[in-house]
This record gives sequence, structure tokens and C-alpha cells, in this order.
Amino acid sequence: MEESSGNMRSSEPTAAMKKVREKTAKKRSKEEEEEEEEQIFNFKDKPAGKEEEDEDLSDSEESVFSGLEDSGSDSEEDEKESDDNDDDDDDDVTAVESKQPKQTEEEEEKEEVVGGVTEREEEEKKEDEYEHDSSDEEDIRNTVGNIPMEWYKDFPHIGYNLDGKKIFKPIRNKDELDDFLDKMENPDYWRTVHDKQTGSDIVLSDEQVELVNRLQKGQFGDVNFNEYQPSVEFFSSDVMIHPVTNRPADKRSFIPSLIEKEKVSKLVHAIKMGWIKPRRVEDDTRGRFYDLWAGEDSSILGRHKMHLPAPKIPLPGHQESYNPPPEYLFTEEELALWEQQDASDRKLPFVPVKFSSLRQVPAFSRFIHERFERCLDLYLCPRQRKMRVNVNPEDLIPKLPKPKDLQPFPTTQSLVYRGHSGLVRSISVSPSGQWLASGSDDGSVRFWEVCSSRCMKTVQVGGAVKSVAWNPNPSVCLLAVALESVVLILSPSLADRQVVQSSERLLSGQPEADTSDAAGPVIWSDTEGEELNQGIRLKIQHPKAVHQVAWHAKGDYLASVMPDHSSHLQVLIHQLSRRRSQNPFRKNKGLVQCVSFHPVRPYFFVATQRSVRIYNLVKQEMTKKLQANSKWISSMAVHPGGDHVICGSYDCRLSWFDLDLSTKPYKMLRHHKKAVRGAAYHRSYPLFASASDDGSVIVCHGTVYNDLMQNPLIVPVKVLRGHVITHDLGVLDVTFHPTQPWVFSSGADATIRLFT
Amino acid sequence: MGGLQKKKYERGSVTNYITRNKARKKLRLSLPDFRRLCILKGIYPHEPKHKKKVNKGSTAPRTFYLIKDIRFLLHEPIVGKFRDYKVFVRKLKKAYGKTEWSAVERLRENKPTYKLDHIIKERYPSFIDALRDIDDALCMCFLFSTFARTGKCHVQTIQLCRRLTVEWMNYVVAARALRKVFISIKGIYYQAEVMGQLITWLVPYQFSHDHPTDVDYRVMATFTELYTTLLGFINFRLYHSLNLLYPPKKLSALSASLARMVSSAEEEEAQLDQFPVEGEDMEKLEAREREQKEQEAQKKLFDGLKFFLNREVPRESLAFVIRCFGGEVSWDKSVCIGSTYEVTEETITHHIVDRPNASTQYINRYYIQPQWVYDCINAKIVLPVEDYFLGVTLPPHLSPFVEEKEGDYMPPEKVKIMALQRGEKPEQEDEEEEDEDEDEEEEEDDNDDEEEDEEEDEEESEEKNLKKMEKQRSQGKSLQVKVTPGKMKVENPERLEQEEKAEEKRLAIMMMKKKEKYLYDKIMFGKKRKIREANKLTAKRKAHDDAEKANKKKTRK
Repeated sequence: MEESSGNMRSSEPTAAMKKVREKTAKKRSKEEEEEEEEQIFNFKDKPAGKEEEDEDLSDSEESVFSGLEDSGSDSEEDEKESDDNDDDDDDDVTAVESKQPKQTEEEEEKEEVVGGVTEREEEEKKEDEYEHDSSDEEDIRNTVGNIPMEWYKDFPHIGYNLDGKKIFKPIRNKDELDDFLDKMENPDYWRTVHDKQTGSDIVLSDEQVELVNRLQKGQFGDVNFNEYQPSVEFFSSDVMIHPVTNRPADKRSFIPSLIEKEKVSKLVHAIKMGWIKPRRVEDDTRGRFYDLWAGEDSSILGRHKMHLPAPKIPLPGHQESYNPPPEYLFTEEELALWEQQDASDRKLPFVPVKFSSLRQVPAFSRFIHERFERCLDLYLCPRQRKMRVNVNPEDLIPKLPKPKDLQPFPTTQSLVYRGHSGLVRSISVSPSGQWLASGSDDGSVRFWEVCSSRCMKTVQVGGAVKSVAWNPNPSVCLLAVALESVVLILSPSLADRQVVQSSERLLSGQPEADTSDAAGPVIWSDTEGEELNQGIRLKIQHPKAVHQVAWHAKGDYLASVMPDHSSHLQVLIHQLSRRRSQNPFRKNKGLVQCVSFHPVRPYFFVATQRSVRIYNLVKQEMTKKLQANSKWISSMAVHPGGDHVICGSYDCRLSWFDLDLSTKPYKMLRHHKKAVRGAAYHRSYPLFASASDDGSVIVCHGTVYNDLMQNPLIVPVKVLRGHVITHDLGVLDVTFHPTQPWVFSSGADATIRLFT
Repeated sequence: MGGLQKKKYERGSVTNYITRNKARKKLRLSLPDFRRLCILKGIYPHEPKHKKKVNKGSTAPRTFYLIKDIRFLLHEPIVGKFRDYKVFVRKLKKAYGKTEWSAVERLRENKPTYKLDHIIKERYPSFIDALRDIDDALCMCFLFSTFARTGKCHVQTIQLCRRLTVEWMNYVVAARALRKVFISIKGIYYQAEVMGQLITWLVPYQFSHDHPTDVDYRVMATFTELYTTLLGFINFRLYHSLNLLYPPKKLSALSASLARMVSSAEEEEAQLDQFPVEGEDMEKLEAREREQKEQEAQKKLFDGLKFFLNREVPRESLAFVIRCFGGEVSWDKSVCIGSTYEVTEETITHHIVDRPNASTQYINRYYIQPQWVYDCINAKIVLPVEDYFLGVTLPPHLSPFVEEKEGDYMPPEKVKIMALQRGEKPEQEDEEEEDEDEDEEEEEDDNDDEEEDEEEDEEESEEKNLKKMEKQRSQGKSLQVKVTPGKMKVENPERLEQEEKAEEKRLAIMMMKKKEKYLYDKIMFGKKRKIREANKLTAKRKAHDDAEKANKKKTRK
């Protein structure tokens, strides 16, 4: 046995050592409690005394030490020896020592075999040790045991010796100072320990100090102890001749187990029933890649038509660079703005930063966020197909004939007629085209020679002139002027004698006696004196303020407008030759803005705020009502052909009506920026003009075709500017020259301008 | 009289849509499972054209799915796997509760798994479809491959992502497919052209992530699951297209050449057959040819150059980029495995350093900053190295993805690079002379300005005179009769013509229809805003340059 174990030791020294250590550890734990008292005893045996704390600590240390002592200590000693002794001695010592471990091993083996720990043997061994112990010579042993020593603090003694006699406390009156002096002077102070049990100071010997040091380092107390002793592999792979134990085999080792049988049958049943499935074969194909698109067959159809692939992430611009050009960096204001803005309003989701080298670029803190947001967008964001308009803006502009090809039309401002001191509300050109009459808020009517811009005549009428209208009949020379509630008929005598005479003849017609009742409130009167000298020939007194006068093409009839919401008396038609007036309407159909006669047929146009009504004067009925769709109509002009009407309105629009086509506007022209104040057709050229508060006159080409299938062609040809806007009013009236492609405009800046 | 009353919301667009909750109930899935299914199958909500109609008259915010999509999900085998998994978890819990460890073990061995192959095939019936949709997959995989093992996702996932991305990069190197690189503050953007598809991906910088708390990693993990599968199959196909074995071995250092196995015969590109075409297409063809030539030249950009990376530069990015364009690259042995030669190698032409100065300098090589490599790639030429030496203020790094159209702002650096691309040599940089020239120019400019000012003044004074006269006339005062020598007014016919045209256009715009006018105004507004922004940038740049110049002068004095 011994030999075999020795062999094994040599073969597997480390394993053996491990085992030993394990065993000793086990033993330690078992024995600790039992041995404690003894150990204390042991310690007391030793001449050394320790401080209280040390003592407490040392309990466990000691136990470790004592517990391990039995399992030899050759290697440890070897070290010591090699350190201390010469090489010659070495051999002898090891030879001597080598006996010891064998002994101990035998003991251990016994312990293992028996199973229990034989404490007796242990104690024996210890006692053996104590025999050699020579430390109890100056032994003053206290027999009180392991009790707190303060129990004796009121007594003169501190315990009893082996003979049962009192051990008296040493007479000591060491105070702090003494202690300190001692510390300074005594060279052995550091190795002096106070023993509370005997109350004496003990100076530790060199060996004892050595022991304390070793224990503090966590080494074994015994210098000779070998921690890494090879152990004996007891149960090994080698087949031994003899059985390990002598015990006969149990019967149960020959009989199959019933419990196992039951278990197996249960499992078999479970497998049969399919409750337990056979272990799954590890699926190798998972995570293995192959040519997925090997046969690109069309059997799997693509997604349905509604599939919208997610848009790609926009590519980064210069501002995202780690070293962007300086112009892309934020200035302070931009940075402040960026910080103020809500995250969704920001143009850039980050602040551009410049780093002088790649080394300094830090991690982007929102990287994971951005990826996560992208993920959310991919599976959570509703998608919708949006048609993006991709047109060239030039293609949107309609192709119109060039204005150049549509000449003649007025292009430049050629003359300015200055003289009035108030707004010029109304202008009118004589049928011959030689004279221009204008009425102004300064209470005067002026007559201008068109070509020279000379003011030929000024008539003070004593009130703001609302409207002037030249008689369209070329054989007479008369002007109707509306101011306050009066309509004046002026004969400016700016024509041939023949013409002047014929107009005199027209004015000298006698009133019919019975008509005075029908006209009622209207009073016709001749003028006298100063007024007659000025050229005012007739006064037609109205009951209300007159806003507009309009002549019939023949020049005998005259219509006047007195806007009034509440009355049916808004429009009056006067016959000059018979000095007769009549009210054509019995009902009030809205506030009348302006009126006009049809140039050839017996029709009468009345523009109220929202619509234009056309009355047949012969049949005495309404033939048409034009819906202007605008608020409110300000002016109206009738095409010389009579089939088209334009209406200017205060909501900046000019609507063109084609009477043959519809009652709705054929075209809405939103050319002006402000309210349209006036509109006019040219008598012979296909031109019309509109005047507006934005200070401009827009001349448009408007060809009308005889063919009913062809719509009129409307092309704006010129924007004429020149009037200065005063008091938010721009151009107030516009009118064309009867024969030339010239246009006159009067404005709030008290001027009249001619554009040719 | 006739039939049943028609009920509302039973026909029309309502029948095409289904709300999310209804869809979930129809599929009998929990919300997380439904979400997972939608992610894997690529199902997303649709915004109906008339939301109120589809929402049965209500205006409550709801997400709608196409009913066809949901029906399509009904037959998905993976739904069954989800249910299996649910059962598995339940059983496992029970076994744990009963402390039946053998049962736990058995269950664990039989853990249900699923494969996504058929979903990939279904979502991308052809390989090109898959390539087109790979941008997000790459971004995600590159992000995941930089994650530390913090428990935010499975370690296997991270490793798989890393493997796949390295394989992808190696493919790009082997195919020389990289086109553009951009160092942004977010990370590094790469753009490669693979089989005619432009693929862009973003790689974060190599730092540990500060994991945000408001991010649902389960969603990201599901996406990654799909993307890794997709990327694996794509890699397989791509490797096989180059006659390479997949999966390749030992790639992580990006130093070994995959393409060693690729026969060089492939490199000799087959001459394109030219088909005779009519005049208009000829130009296009020529342009295409030129482009192709340029591309070929770009592929060989770094041929014959030998780089050495200092330890502080981003190794992986630079190694990848340099090798994509045919350069040789190495690094210090202690930085990473796979270095092929030492610092002391004589034949090194470029040493990339990102420090203010290098401690030991070898004579026969350039010490440059890393930006040079990226700028060269974007410019498609080897740029002069002077601007990129150590300690030099680098020129701005421009985005290669911006393509300036007519009227867009173009930074001066871009203009310079374009000049270099055309082969124009930069002017001799003798700074003093230049400055003097500039000064002279400035003076000249000043003179010009003054002259112009004078002219303007004259005009103004004339106008003033006229106005004065008019005023006097209008006030009816007698004019100061004075004859001054008249001046010939020179009429510029070109200008007149231009004015006429402008007027014509203005008038035509007035005649536009309301709808078209609105659109036109919108477009014009956008254009004007663009111009405004460009002007702003120009002004900012000018101010900056002026300040720089002033500084320079000051320091010289």
C-alpha cells in the first residue's frame, strides 16, 4: 500500500496536494469548535501574551494552524532549510523529515477508511507536541478560564494559579506619560504585549515574533509544514487486486428496480402518445445562405399595384460635413433662431459644426434615434401617392398674340392737362374729337383743346361736378353736367355756327303742358344773366342728388341716375326737344350705379350693385339680367356693336359679358390691384380700357367676331401709368378718343392725361 | 317601390381599407406580434384619399391598412410560428414554476424557430429589387455591428452584423464599386454602385454608444433580423457573381485581398459594341462613354500608391476606401492584425497622420491628413497634397452628393476642384503678388464704382431737374426760360427689346387662369427663395473672406 501510494504521489503530486488541502479544510471546520478551548489553552501555554484584540483574532488563526499541523510540513521546511542551512545539512534534514509525513498520511488514510474522524488520535498527537514544548517554565498560569477580565477589575487579584492561590495584580501605576516614555525609550517596546489574564507585560521572543509575522502574512504557523503535499489517489483508474471494501454486494444490486421500470413505462407511453417528441434535429439551414434568386421565376408575383416603396433617406448636403465651407456655419442670429424653433419647423435637424481635423469629431449623439425614427417611418407611417407637378412655369403662361401685332393702341403718355384744383371725376370727348370736357370737385367744368392741351373755357357751376357727358350727336354741340341735384345743359359754342344754331334750336323746344304732372318733381328752367353768358342753357332740377348722366346715341334723350336705396325713383329719362321727363321704372330693384343706352337698338342698360339689367324700351320689359358675381359694380361700358358689355367693380375685377353667350361673365379680368373705377370701349378700334385706384389704366385688345361660334379675343396690350395716387384714389375716369386710338384718363391728382 | 335602402359606407373606398385594430383582431395577434409581422412582411399603413369617407364619417385619427395586405397576411406561415412560440413560453414558465428541470431542458431543446427566406423571396422577387432596398439594411447592420455587448441585443446578432458588414465591404473592395465618400458629423457616408444600383450607407464613428432610453430596441431588433437575412443572401449572390467562395474566411482586417482569386482577365473590360444610332442618341452615347472612361480611371485612382496609417486615424474606413481604389495600405502591428508592412518600409508614398506634427519623418513620403484620401475620391483625381500637410488648415470637405443645378449656389472650393478636374492648373501661388494684384483690382473696382456713381448722379440730377420743372409748371409759375444744350439719349436697342419682352410676359401672366396663376406663383416663389438663399450664402462667404483677408494683412504688419 505504502509503495503504491508513493508511486502515485510521484505521478500526480498536485492532485494529491489538492486533496490533502481539501481534507484538512474539512477537518478544520469540524474540529474548530471542539478544539477551541484546547487551542486557547495551547496558546496560554506559550510564553507569549498578546493584546486582547490579537487574542480574539488569533482564535481562528490558531485553529487553522493547529488543524493543519497534522498533515506534514516538509516542503515548507525545505524552503526554510535551503534558506538557512548549508547544502550539506539539507540532505540529512529531509531524510529525517520524510518520515513524518508518511506517518501522518497513514493516519489520514485510516480516517478516510473508517469514515469518521478519530479525534483521539488527534489529541494524542497534540499532546505529543506539547511534550516537546518548553515554553511553560516561567509559567504563572491563571485558571479562571476564558472570561472577560473586567469581572476582576474591582478585586485586588485577577485570578488563581494552579495551586488555587490568588494571583495579585501587579502594582502598576503606568499612566499615559509613562507609556509614552516607555515607547520612546524601551527598544523592546514594539514586541511587548500586555497579558490581561496575568496583568503583566510580556516581551515576545524572536521565535514568537516570527510566528506572529507568519500568521499575519497568512502562512502556516509551523515552519516545517508543507502546504503542497502530494496526495494519494485512492480511487484510481488502475484496477487493484483487492476490493476497496470488504462488504458483500447488496441483493438489490441484482434485482431490476421497480421504480425505474415504472418510470420507463411512463416515458414509453408518453412517447407512444406523442406527448414527448424525439429530440429535434438541429436545423442546419437556419442562418445559412444560398442563392435565393437562383431561378428568378415569375411564379411569385410582385406586390399589388398599390405598393408604394418607401422613399430613400435624403442625401447629405455640404452643411453636414465635418469641415463645411464657412458660409454654411450658423451665425449667432441663425443659431438663436434655430434654438427657438420647434424641432419640426427647423430646416436642418442639426447645427452645422466645423472641426479642424478628423481626430476631433465626436460621436453623433442622435445616431440611434435617427435610425429608430427611420424604422418607425418604415412600418408605421401611412404612405400616400402624391402627384408632384413637374411643369415648366413658362408653359403655364398662355400663348397670346404679340401686342406688337395688335397695334394701334396707346403706348405713351403724351399730354397732361393741368388746371383743375380738385379731383377730376369725369371727362368726356366731343364727337368731333377736338374738344375735351372735364368736371371736377373744385366746382368747375373745363373745356380743353385735345391737341394742344389748352384750356379753352372754364365754367364755374358752383358745386362738385359728378358727371359730364358730351352729346353724341355730331350736329349739335351740347354738354350735360351733373352736380348736386341739378343737371345742366351747356352749350359751349365750340363749333361751327351751323352746329351752334342747331343746338340752339334743340334747346328752344317748348315743354308740353300736360307732361308736367307726369315728371312730377323735375323742374325744367331756362337760365338767365351770368349763367347764360357762361353757356349754361338749361337747368333740370331733380329731387335728389344726381350721380350720372348718359345720352342716347341720337342726342335727344338723356338719362340721369339718382342712387337711392329706398325709392323707385332712381333713374329719369329726359327728352330734350320736348323738355319732358319720365320715370321708366315703377319698382326699386336695387341701388342703381350707372345706366347706359344701347348704341343702336332701343335697349337700356341699368347696372345695380350686383347685376346689370337690360330693358327693351319699346316693349317696356326686361330682356336680360347679367350676373356680375362681384361686389359692387362701379362702372359699365357697352360695346359699339351692342352685344358686349364690360363692368368694372370695386373688388378689382373687370367682367366681360357676351350677351349672346350667357348671363354670366365670359371672362373675369383680375388685372388691377385695387378697385376699378372706370371702363370704356373705343368706338371704332377693338380696344377697351379700365381705370383703377392703383393709378394705372390698362388697355386691352378685344376683338369681337361676327361669327357667333367664335369667342371674343381679349389680350391686354398695355399698362399705362402716370397718375399719382392721392388720398388712396388713383384714376377716376377713362375715355377713348372717338376716332384716334388715344385714351384720356382723369385722376385724383387733378390732372387729365392723354396717352397716344 | 324599389328594393332595400342603400346603407352608407358599404361600398366605395371604405371597402379597400381596414383599421389597425380590426386588422389585428382579424389576424388574432397581439399588438407586438402584429407589429413584428408588419415589419417582417413589409406591410405599412396607407393614407386614404378621402379620409372621412373611409373613416365612416368620423374625423378621428386612425391608421388604415389596405384590406388586401391584411388578407395576404392571413396565410403567412410565420404567424403559426409566432403562436408556437407563445405556447413554448407558456410551457416553459409552467415548467419553471414546477421546478421540473428536465422538462425545462427538453422544452428548451425544442424551442420553435423560424426562417425568413421565403419572406425575402416574396418581398423581393428579383435580385435587383433586393439591391434597391438595401440602403436601410446596411445602415442598420453597420450600426448594430458597433454595439457593445450591453444586453441591448443578442451577442449573436452583433457578431452576425459584424460578419455581414465586413463581407459586404470586402465585396465592394473586390468589385471596386465604391463611388463617393463623405465625412459628415453623423458618421461616414459611402456610396457604391452595385449592378447599376446606387447604394448609400452611413457608418457611425467608432465610439461606444450612449444608449437612449426612449428607443424601443425590440423594433430595431426585428428589423435587424430581417436585414441580416437579406444582407446574407445578397452577399452570397454578389460573391458568386465574382466567382468567389461564400462565406469567405478571415476578413476582419480588410487587408487580405479577396480579389486575389479573381482572374485579372475580368479586369480587361470587354469593349462595348457600338450600334449605329441616329444623331440625337449619338451625343448621349458619347457622354455615356466618357462617363465610363472616367469611372475606369477612378477605379485605378490609387494604383501604385502605398499608404501607411498612423494609429490615430480611423483605420477601417481608410483601409476600406484606399483598397477600393487600388492602393496598398498597412498600419502598425499593435493596432490591429493584418498589417502587411512596417512604418520603416521604404516604398511607402503616403503616410496618413492626424496630429499636428509627426515625431519621426521619413524623407521619401508625404505626411498628409486623412481628408486628402476622401477628397481625392470625390474629385476622382489625385489632388495636390500641399493643402493637406500636417498642421495646415484643411480646405472644406464638400458633400459629393450635391449636384448644383443652374442658379444654385456653388462654394468656391467646388469651382476650384472642377477646374482641376478639367485639367487646368491652379495659378502659381505667390501670395504676395496675388495680394498686390488683388489690391490693384480692388482699386480698379473702386474707380469703376466711382465712375458708375458719377453717371448715376448725372442721371439723378437730370431727373431732379425735370421734376422741378414739372412742379413749377403744375404750380402755374412761369418757367425759368433757359436753353441748355441738349444731350443725345442713346437708346440701347437690346435693352429695349428686353424690356418689351418682359412687358409682354407680364401682360400674358395677367391673362392666366386662376388655378394656373396660383401654381405659377408658387413655383416662382420657390425659385425666388432659392435665389435668395444662394445670395445669402454668397454674401456670407464674401464677408468671411474679407474678414480673413483683413486678418492676414494685420498679422503681416
